[in-house]
Amino acid sequence: MSEYIEHDKDANSVGIVEKKLYTFAEPPGEMVLESGARLGPVTLAYETCGTLNADRSNAILVLHALSGDSHVAGYYKTEDEKPGWWDNMVGPDKGIDTNKYFVVCSNIIGSCMGSTGPCSINPKTVLPYGLDFPVVTIGDMVDAQKALMDHLGIKKILAVVGGSIGGMQVLEWCARYPEMVTAAIPLASTTRHSALTIAFNEVARQAIMADPKWNNGEYYFGPKPDLGLAVARMIGHITYLSDESMRHKFGRRLQDKSDFSFNFDADFQVESYLRYQGKKFVERFDANSFLYLTKAADYYDLEKQHGDGSEVKAFSKTNAKFLVVSFTSDWLYPTYQSRAMVKAMKKNGLDVSFCEIEAEWGHDAFLLSNARLFALIRGFLERVYNETRKQ
Amino acid sequence: MSTTKPENNKMRFDLQIIASWIEPGSRVIDLGCGEGDLLKFLMHHKGVTGNGIEHNESKAAQCIEKGLSVLQGDINEEVLDYPENSFDYVILSQTLQQVYEPDTLIRSMLRIGRKGIVSFPNFSHWACRLQLLLSGYAPVTQQLPYEWYNTPNIRVITIKDFKKFIHRVGFNILKGVAINTQSENRFGKIIDVLPNLRATYGIFLIGNGPV
Repeated sequence: MSEYIEHDKDANSVGIVEKKLYTFAEPPGEMVLESGARLGPVTLAYETCGTLNADRSNAILVLHALSGDSHVAGYYKTEDEKPGWWDNMVGPDKGIDTNKYFVVCSNIIGSCMGSTGPCSINPKTVLPYGLDFPVVTIGDMVDAQKALMDHLGIKKILAVVGGSIGGMQVLEWCARYPEMVTAAIPLASTTRHSALTIAFNEVARQAIMADPKWNNGEYYFGPKPDLGLAVARMIGHITYLSDESMRHKFGRRLQDKSDFSFNFDADFQVESYLRYQGKKFVERFDANSFLYLTKAADYYDLEKQHGDGSEVKAFSKTNAKFLVVSFTSDWLYPTYQSRAMVKAMKKNGLDVSFCEIEAEWGHDAFLLSNARLFALIRGFLERVYNETRKQ
Repeated sequence: MSTTKPENNKMRFDLQIIASWIEPGSRVIDLGCGEGDLLKFLMHHKGVTGNGIEHNESKAAQCIEKGLSVLQGDINEEVLDYPENSFDYVILSQTLQQVYEPDTLIRSMLRIGRKGIVSFPNFSHWACRLQLLLSGYAPVTQQLPYEWYNTPNIRVITIKDFKKFIHRVGFNILKGVAINTQSENRFGKIIDVLPNLRATYGIFLIGNGPV
């Protein structure tokens, strides 16, 4: 997902939020990962907005995508330039209304935004893990979030919501902890990556690993593989946009010049944009985390893991109500993948709503301010919340 | 024709009739549910479990925004995925005349549901007949307001034709009513005498069971 967070100036904000840490799985009680490896202690960085009601029935778990973090909405300090990454959706009277719901967002394990990941200190060596960090899966991320929910005393989650890799976590929650999930909103997501998506991820990983500064993941005390990570991010950004959005956003326009430079500087606006995005990304993201998280997403296969290869069977344990949303110009997680999961949900007799939103912004559309998405999520949540009240 | 009393006069007249046929607490799916007026009414007044399918993105989204469980998609495709007898009623309201394979769809409807409710504009209304007879042009009416070259209504159906068709595909008509109303009108009346000539719409409850 992209960096561009729109500042929602007119609308309300949840205001000042605080990043909190929860540490669990202290040795010898380490977390046993899907691979069989053990990881502990595990720290999750998380943030909450809104108030948990007396019967703990209004919790919404927001699950972030590849490069996201726990900072879903609001500001850490009044002078912060930018709010959290989904501030256009999460806040008072917004799509996910913090006057009504208690929103939790935690940074996924394997990431580098406060939760345990390859750049964390390995207690055994007192050095950053690097490649000693075990390979984590989407299922492991969800298990860690489950530990956080237990810690917060939330037994039943009103809704799990997320886009892209966050959407995979949504689906995994429904399969892994079906009794805990009342409703689920996977946005621009899939039950498993297509060969196309894996291919892009692999090229991005190769870009990092081909950077000599990557040094087999041991770079934490020297120069970082910034060039490789920047190229990886550039590839990512191409996949997040679309032919149409790139044509509108850049076309063949030149950057600050009227003619070609006849060298290899960034002539075109699109080149300049990608270079800028790449450069900005390396300031905040860890190259090893990028490798681990993209691998986790590529490994993810809901059918295989929860349905013996059948997508229909994979949804047989859940009883969640679903709102599935895709976007017309998303070629990374195209609509046919969302439709396939909708089909499997229907075959299980599940309550599912689906909408393919017409949007030109490609995969990134789920993060951008969109009146339709806002209203869909708001209306759906209101219904499921009212239905739980009636019971 | 049956003695049906319309319910709730805020909805379109034909939808009021359909609502009056639905048992409280039943499971309903509306194929081509538009902006979800009927579903919303049925959920609030009859406590049904409602689902809908709507092809148009904006209309499907409006339904979901209202708190309805609606899928955006093609009804002919979407009906295929539901398990047998998932619903008590499958509604096809004013859409049959736009369906490419009506027999396939009707069979799907009665596979996924116990009963079907089908409504359609009656092409043998006297205004249609008169237009064709006197002017020689294909009829354009309030119920069927298109020219031959821009109409989405690819099927020309009369009340008599529909009855014949339902028997031919092997189902029964459990209830039927002919009404006279304008397309978006909340008011109308039930036509008992010469319905095929005098009614603008036909509404039928169909099923496998006995009449």
